[in-house]
Amino acid sequence: MTPTLGSDADESRSAEDGAPGDGHAEPQPHTIRLELADEPGELLAALEPISANGGNLLSIFHERGNVTPRGRIPVEVDVEATPDRFEAIVAALRDAGVNVVQAGTEQYAEELVVLLVGDIVASDLSDTLRRIEGFPSASVADVSVNAPAGRGEDSSARLRLATRAGGSPDALDAVRELAAEKDLHVIEPLAGGGV
Amino acid sequence: MTAGKRLAVIGAGAVGGSVVDLAGAYGHTVVAFADSGSAAVDDDGIDADAAVERKRTDGHVGDDDPEDALHADYDVLVEATPTTLGDAEPGFSHVRTALERDRHAVLANKGPVAERYGDVRELERDSDGAVRFEATVGGAIPILSTVEDLSPSHVTAARGVLNGTANFILSRMAAEGIDYEHVLAEAQDLGVAEADPAFDVEGTDAALKCVILANVLAGGDREFSLEDADVAGITNVPGSALELAAEDGRTVRLVGEATRDGIRVGPRLVPGNAALAVTGTRNIVQLETEHAGQLNLSGRGAGGEETASAVLGDVGRLE
Repeated sequence: MTPTLGSDADESRSAEDGAPGDGHAEPQPHTIRLELADEPGELLAALEPISANGGNLLSIFHERGNVTPRGRIPVEVDVEATPDRFEAIVAALRDAGVNVVQAGTEQYAEELVVLLVGDIVASDLSDTLRRIEGFPSASVADVSVNAPAGRGEDSSARLRLATRAGGSPDALDAVRELAAEKDLHVIEPLAGGGV
Repeated sequence: MTAGKRLAVIGAGAVGGSVVDLAGAYGHTVVAFADSGSAAVDDDGIDADAAVERKRTDGHVGDDDPEDALHADYDVLVEATPTTLGDAEPGFSHVRTALERDRHAVLANKGPVAERYGDVRELERDSDGAVRFEATVGGAIPILSTVEDLSPSHVTAARGVLNGTANFILSRMAAEGIDYEHVLAEAQDLGVAEADPAFDVEGTDAALKCVILANVLAGGDREFSLEDADVAGITNVPGSALELAAEDGRTVRLVGEATRDGIRVGPRLVPGNAALAVTGTRNIVQLETEHAGQLNLSGRGAGGEETASAVLGDVGRLE
């Protein structure tokens, strides 16, 4: 990443406080939490974007004994980097398909809102919610149900799910599968930058 | 500006009639005009007003044989017959006749370019004529010519609201809290929905437009037809779902997505203030590009004059 002084085009630089106009802020330690597949070479592949983007590796804690419900291995990496380099490292890790659970102090949780349509009550809403809570990639943040009596139409539920970074597609797949089993329709959000 | 062209207009519905009506204003001459059972053919140019008036009053455009229109002395054949699926006939044969005679073909009919894109392109390769079909996607909105200007290989995805009837119904349901059946009846009274609305509300029309976009984006590497599309309509969207969406600052739109890898059409949750949340019969297409960011094109996606304007735009782009 080429430092550009005072550029509006690069939003990541606006996060740099304490060093106005200085493209070379002091390096600071940051913690990145990753989840890696239990396969040879995964750890090495995850470390490559760190050094390639100017991060200085301080420590690696590879929690092999603490496998996640999806069979992934949590890894905690301490890195020393300037704030802009740190952002570039996180972006490069994501580009490389590495599952970044947490970077620095910020929890990279995503929000996924879906509507379910059909006979919500008869399809056992509490069972639906319990099973979504059981997904490894998501938890239910809130639920609203609209079951108009006497309108003779289907009822609907709006679910707001909190997912891990990059976990929305998995969570959406799981919701689709559950809805198909219960004969409900899913109205999905638009992915891919559509607004 | 290029010299005026000699047009044969096949199809005498709202679009064909408007092309005949407006051709003179764009410097072109209509030498043939046909519906399924009759035609008006005149090498010196037909009397456009008389032919359109005759179609309106007694259902025929003239006393000639429709076959004569296909073989008239035209530069450009305008295919504006109703969209048909599968073999896309008779539209496909009309296009073939024009191309085999080394004439250009401009389509408002989605069938041939959605269902037989490869066949159409093959005929075009063997012909001195060219094929254009701006009017098949998004009515008046210049979508395909914009993709052409950007170069299809630099457009990564197209998504949008491409059916005015479905969008009218969803936006009325959301705004008024009326259920689907009542809004559909209102739309039919207003002439926004057909007596048989299935083509629109089940997503088929939007899907055909996305298939055409996907064919253009794929640039011949892959051919799509309707059966490749994942399609859901709006008949399963109840008012209760729109209410829940609105409580959360969102709404539901029938969104079509086209990429080089496939086509998907279905009701989707979008932010209420999103560009895609157009209201009424308005259409919008959002293009994702490699070098030009995101482009939003919106406007009237249907209507005789609007669609005729796209047809005449294509005619103007022909060499």
